Amino acid sequence: MTKNIYEERKRWENTTLNKVLSKSPEREPSFKTTSHIEIKRLFTPLDITDLDYCEDLGFPGEFPFTRGVQPTMYRGRFWTMRQYAGFATPEETNKRYKYLLEHGQTGLSVAFDLPTQIGYDSDHPLADGEVGKVGVAIDSLKDVEILFDGIPLDKVSTSMTINSTAAILLAMYIAVAEKQGVKSEVLQGTIQNDILKEYAARGTYIFPPLESMRIVTDIFAFCKDRVPRWNTISISGYHMREAGCTAVQEVAFTLADGIAYVEAAIRAGLDVDSFASRLAFFFCCHNNFIEEVAKFRAARRLWAKIMRERFKAKRDESCMLRFHTQTAGCSLTAQQPDNNVVRVALQALAAVLGGTQSLHTNSRDEAYALPTEDSVRLALRTQQIIAYESGVADMIDPLGGSYAVEALTDEIEKKATEYIEKIEAMGGAIKAIESGYIQAEIGESAYQYQKEIETKKRIIVGLNQFQIEEEPLRDILRIKPEVEQYQKEKLARVKKERDNIKVKDTLAALKKAAQGTDNVVPPILEAVKVYATLGEISDTLREVFGEYRER
Amino acid sequence: MPRKIRVLVAKPGLDGHDRGAKVIARALRDAGMEVIYTGIRQTPEQIAQAAIQEAVDIVGLSSLSGAHMSLFPKVVQILKEKGAEDILVFGGGIIPVDDIPKLKEAGIREIFQPGASTEDIIKYIKENIQLE
Repeated sequence: MTKNIYEERKRWENTTLNKVLSKSPEREPSFKTTSHIEIKRLFTPLDITDLDYCEDLGFPGEFPFTRGVQPTMYRGRFWTMRQYAGFATPEETNKRYKYLLEHGQTGLSVAFDLPTQIGYDSDHPLADGEVGKVGVAIDSLKDVEILFDGIPLDKVSTSMTINSTAAILLAMYIAVAEKQGVKSEVLQGTIQNDILKEYAARGTYIFPPLESMRIVTDIFAFCKDRVPRWNTISISGYHMREAGCTAVQEVAFTLADGIAYVEAAIRAGLDVDSFASRLAFFFCCHNNFIEEVAKFRAARRLWAKIMRERFKAKRDESCMLRFHTQTAGCSLTAQQPDNNVVRVALQALAAVLGGTQSLHTNSRDEAYALPTEDSVRLALRTQQIIAYESGVADMIDPLGGSYAVEALTDEIEKKATEYIEKIEAMGGAIKAIESGYIQAEIGESAYQYQKEIETKKRIIVGLNQFQIEEEPLRDILRIKPEVEQYQKEKLARVKKERDNIKVKDTLAALKKAAQGTDNVVPPILEAVKVYATLGEISDTLREVFGEYRER
Repeated sequence: MPRKIRVLVAKPGLDGHDRGAKVIARALRDAGMEVIYTGIRQTPEQIAQAAIQEAVDIVGLSSLSGAHMSLFPKVVQILKEKGAEDILVFGGGIIPVDDIPKLKEAGIREIFQPGASTEDIIKYIKENIQLE
């Protein structure tokens, strides 16, 4: 059988194909994916002769999960439609959440402003100009009470993009739930809590890597008993991809970070099967459709193998790579912004065909500002059209078995494995980040990408080809400057009304825990409950752990 | 041989989006300029200080967090206070068009928006910096 195909392909190349090629050559001398993987003209069974169906693909919901993590995938339930949102004050963001829930969104995703992410209250000098800009401003428990006012926390799952201050925001969430009469044991959601990629790409670190890793593992240990349904980390390739890396690098750097977290948790005395099933992942979905679909499948299979072979995980759930996807912000253009709707639809479709568990679709106006209500609704509708109208959600892994998709899945897994081995040889992800290797690799890819655009080797429709004369978009969301003053006044009121002796005592207890080896999350929870502010708690930890400076 | 144009590429505020700043720093270097990149999370004071210490001809500010209206004018103002108003300041990032006139009024000489090419920026710098 295989021999026949081989001979037939040869015959086809020598006759039918060559006849055409000799008259009209192809568009390019060679075709490559963004990860520099050579794309063949035609994929055939000859490209997947090594593929062992049961071993390499298997069945959905079973190891190595190539075809998906659930046995029924979207036939059971669609992915969670989760739009990342947050801006200005908790009051305004609460309104946006209710709007999104009314329009059929199925989970919340909180965007915090930069001072909140870096551990400064709204009245800190370094917060000047940043309050409420890229997300909602949170200073104390009071703000989180307002943020989730009227939203039952036992019914909704909430993802929070928060890293160096993740323990504080998680504690505030638990405290608000308690006030609603909801026990922490039933809470569902995710904290990003992935500090390693902050040093590599995103930039909202506070403490040095080792101290940060200690907080991360303290959170794992705390949640294992107290918040067992919570995803304690979302190991993120998204921001490294947005910073410029390729699809292969995204898989490699993300899983290398994942290995570092698992190792840290095991070193902290946790059994791998006690926490691994609560690890979640977060990827980007960029333009190259087939490569992206293959990327998700490759990441799933590779992680499953790492968990089983390297970390000897016994439970299948420990080997399952569950992930959130966001479409590629960096692919949006300010030129002809409506084109972004089409880009987002294609990227979202690739994420669904790749088997994502939840999805954020970007809005058409995000090269200008945070999205308007109308733009967000259109982005959500894009997901709903894929879910309800396209039919792709009715079968599991519909592209599985495609010669091209399987061959690319293999190739991405192979190339990512080579990268991970290289990082391991450097001493692991933390060392590779400290030495600047990951950052340099990302920077190199970003520069090449930009050069390809500027030399028109890469065409971006409306940007470097098919341009039109147009007026820039003016109808955009603006954050009012009064937000800063409003937050400052609310913060001052909280500080006046709270019991300052209790605040002092809880912060002292936190300091003691941080200096020793006790888990820092319980004292943080005590501190937020008496309205110690995010800035005060962060400062307490800064005193003990010190601060990281970019080199 | 004439000396090279010296440029400070800086990230004011808390914004961590440094892809653009790094790409531009490298493109300017490839275009024969001497480039100092500050890294992220710099205050306007630190940026002005670095610009003076490094004796640069021009400062490029990058911000994608929306804090440009507070931060960009401060850099210009501090340079002026320190008697270094001859150092030109330009900027880029996610900056709404309606903010551009106000920024220019505050002394930021040029604003580059999403989609601008590194060639545009190189050309702008070469046209605006005359080396004696």
